[in-house]
Amino acid sequence: MLELRKDIFADERDDNLKEIGKGTQRQDMLGHVTGTSTYFDDHKLQGMLHLKVVRSTHPHARLRRIDTSDAERSAGVRRIIRGSDVPRNLNTLLSLINFGKDDEPSLAVDKVRYKGEPIVAIVADSPREAYEAMAKVRIDYEPLPAVFDVEDALKPGAPVVNETYPKNAFIYHDVYDHQKLRFGDVERGLAAADHVLEQRYQMSPIEHAPTETNGSIAAPDTNGRYIVYTSTQALFFSLDTCAKILDVPSNTFHFIGGTVGGGFGGKVDTLTEPLAILGATLTGRPVRYVLGREEEMQFGSPRGAERIYIKDGVMRDGRIVARKIRALFDSGAYTRLSSYAAVKCAAHLPGPYTIPNVHGDVYCVFTNRTPATAMRGFGVTAMDFAIECQMDKLAHLVGMDPMEFRILNAYRDGDMKAHRREAKNCALIECVQVAAEKAKWPIREEFKRASSRKDGGGSRAAISPTPRESYAPATAPSQQRTTYDRAPAAAREPPPPPPPPPPRPQAPSHGAARFSSVFGTRRR
Amino acid sequence: MTRHRGRGIASINYPIGMNLGGDPSQALVHSNPSGKFTVALSSIDLGQGMKSVTRQICAETLGVPVEDVYVDTADSDTGPHCMGSFASRGTHRVGNAVMMAAREARGVMMEAAAEELEVNAADLETDGRGNIHVKGAPHRSISTKDVAIAAQFKQGKTISGRGIFLVPLSDVDPETGEMSPATCYAHACLVAEVEVDDETGEVAMVRMDSAYELGRALNPRLVEQQLVGGAWMGISHALYETPEPYYPDPSHGPRDFVEYLMPGPGDICPHDIAVLERPAADGPFGAKGPGEMCANPVLPAVANAIFNAVGVRVDELPITPERVLRAIKAQGGARPQARR
Amino acid sequence: MAKTALQFRHNGRDVAIFVDGGTNLLAALRELIGDMTPKFGCGQGGCGACSVLIDGELHLSCLTLAETVAGRSVETLDSLKDGPNLHPLQRAFADNFAAQCGYCTPGMLMAAKALLDRNPQPSRTEVIEAISGNICRCTGYEPIINAVLAAASGGRARA
Repeated sequence: MLELRKDIFADERDDNLKEIGKGTQRQDMLGHVTGTSTYFDDHKLQGMLHLKVVRSTHPHARLRRIDTSDAERSAGVRRIIRGSDVPRNLNTLLSLINFGKDDEPSLAVDKVRYKGEPIVAIVADSPREAYEAMAKVRIDYEPLPAVFDVEDALKPGAPVVNETYPKNAFIYHDVYDHQKLRFGDVERGLAAADHVLEQRYQMSPIEHAPTETNGSIAAPDTNGRYIVYTSTQALFFSLDTCAKILDVPSNTFHFIGGTVGGGFGGKVDTLTEPLAILGATLTGRPVRYVLGREEEMQFGSPRGAERIYIKDGVMRDGRIVARKIRALFDSGAYTRLSSYAAVKCAAHLPGPYTIPNVHGDVYCVFTNRTPATAMRGFGVTAMDFAIECQMDKLAHLVGMDPMEFRILNAYRDGDMKAHRREAKNCALIECVQVAAEKAKWPIREEFKRASSRKDGGGSRAAISPTPRESYAPATAPSQQRTTYDRAPAAAREPPPPPPPPPPRPQAPSHGAARFSSVFGTRRR
Repeated sequence: MTRHRGRGIASINYPIGMNLGGDPSQALVHSNPSGKFTVALSSIDLGQGMKSVTRQICAETLGVPVEDVYVDTADSDTGPHCMGSFASRGTHRVGNAVMMAAREARGVMMEAAAEELEVNAADLETDGRGNIHVKGAPHRSISTKDVAIAAQFKQGKTISGRGIFLVPLSDVDPETGEMSPATCYAHACLVAEVEVDDETGEVAMVRMDSAYELGRALNPRLVEQQLVGGAWMGISHALYETPEPYYPDPSHGPRDFVEYLMPGPGDICPHDIAVLERPAADGPFGAKGPGEMCANPVLPAVANAIFNAVGVRVDELPITPERVLRAIKAQGGARPQARR
Repeated sequence: MAKTALQFRHNGRDVAIFVDGGTNLLAALRELIGDMTPKFGCGQGGCGACSVLIDGELHLSCLTLAETVAGRSVETLDSLKDGPNLHPLQRAFADNFAAQCGYCTPGMLMAAKALLDRNPQPSRTEVIEAISGNICRCTGYEPIINAVLAAASGGRARA
């Protein structure tokens, strides 16, 4: 049951609207209840072929030999696709927006880095004939030591998962193996605290499990273009990724999607479109590539695991004075989107609370498992679990009611957040108050009277002096490439730029300045 | 065997959109000669209601009934660029782009109407029912259909508009992490009540009470869909789901829905929700985005409720019966905390 | 591969197709008959998205050999509405906002229809039982349960 609390923040809203705020029926509901909503797989094309991939049975192995000769002669097989058939067989999703290095092949060539990595694609007249041919592909593996634990992966001498990042960690700002957050002096804060509590949290991976699995159908269209029906969550993201991998102009493709059977983050990675289009290119026929449920569950990317260490300093009166966090995101064998999760997570620290000293180190670590990707609450879900369990423990430790403890520490308008921006438009306190009311959870009068709009700013707007750390000289590892790399020389990464000068002025960065000019900043 | 009840809380905030490469979305709005509008997007509706919420935003901005607007999503030949449906960005980014496009289209529509009524466009207003009239003189009126016909066949005007909304990239400081990660944040607090069986380690949900602050509930029914379904997913993440049950050991991974566990319709519990609206300065009608954050408070609230019920802290997700039971055993039995 | 001729009633209409040995009913309906309302969710009988009625009984079409429906009557979501008029279950699903992505909806509606056909006034527990073979990843089930109860005769469900 949903109740709209129009009484709260009423003075900040104009509720005199005609269509907004109405519980209008969904535009797509009639289609849904009649079964006429058209998903990608509901397109039936003449002469359609079916693509299936042979996946690695090892988490980490060198590929000595791939023998497809029997598979090629198998009934109904139209085409076998190998890594060497992929025009640019190395990509990283966020290269479209200049973040990270190409590190993932569409089809593995000389090495596999996770169990389930695609090695060979088979295009056949029917799914059944494709499966029969798959069983005839012979792959000679030379197993390599694998690493599955994020902390083991960071140890010297650990097996190198992904040669693009030889230290098994994504490189931030060409310098660091993690994203930093520094706000105030956390060690001083911890030293001054009445209690210090250090805890470890672990979230296992989570599968998106949309009821519709990932898939696409690619078909030759007139005038040399290809039409692609897809389950993607990001149409142009997938289109541009395909244009890069297949090395053609983006207007070669006409992508159609938009009605998707659930995604939750699991349909951003463009898992099927490049090979489906390549299959259509090589056969001149429509090609359908749909993940089976087991493939989706084990080899479609999950929400990655996270390990989080939190060390908090709290005073007897309940004020948190220091929070130090080390978080390790398990990216699996390739980067995909985890590199950004770490940045988003760093910005999220220390949760919706005003804490004068915050220190965060967030790592994106490579291990020999299915690459992770975005999922609902990306970069935040596991951290919120850790922070909020920690908050409960701290409240218990100082003998405070957990609701009141949160109101006491909640951020308010005018406070300075740890990523050095003023808090505005806060509403955590009001949410706690209303939830307490709904749950008939008694809180004391002074906490009922607290407001996000009162008592913020002032000393809470200050940035406490932040010690500069000794500068770690940048020997950003040069990007290593393996034999599958067919990227043109020009597309290769230039050598890492010299490290940026360490001292930074307090002035907001370029993006921040534009932010201020658009939305304004309010100073007390 | 005893079943112990406990309550736990969690409060959270969530950034709307992403800070990666700049975060733009575009929209195109145009009218056909009958005064019916099409919104062309390349944005995706994966069930969250993109088509429906942008339809309402467009209708409100144009000043026409929602039935007169149809949203067409995800065709790369007709829909202009959008980053995609993720990061809880749809309502905020695409909604703003649609508003901008609809405002431009409305401007042309009002000019065309002014020409037909021989008045100044500034003196006109829409009634939200498909008519445009002179302010204070409702009888001096023209239907949007007649305006569209006049614009198309008499005046040679396109009643159309282009919209883009961009949150530019904010650089991240390598040393301090200083950045502008988002322009607005949604908030939530959730109370979970659970029942823990100290013999089997099983956790059953009893009820949830929550408050979510979303800027503006553009469509309360769609918001309810997100919050109810999202909280279910939160329960599922807290107690059931993982493709690697012995992580970091990758063995014993589930391959189907028999092995990959989720709560079924019999495992859900009553959930009483309050929605608060503190409008975001840059949100469409103040809206933020309910989609992603709604699962997040459930996980820790459930973990904290388990502690309240039996006195054990399970700091690993998912909180399976095995983990609960091991923790209870290690503690030498259930130790219920003070009832809340 | 040898094909077998297969005749059955599909949504009240006689159809005849040729199927390969081993073809499942879901593939036959979607690829050979062109009825796209049953959905592929897992192919393992675990999600219910492909649910159809065979002689009025609920079945998972992905686990049903097409040849076994010879001479029988198969109903899919496509049969539910009467011309332009929605079935009470379809109306109730819409009124209760019981669909988000819509992908589980066809199977969910067939499971609900199978229930109401044999038990027009089910209890909440009976509704839960009836849809427990169908996975919905979006709604949290509550609106679906409410929709089925609302569609039950006269909307008067037993407590």
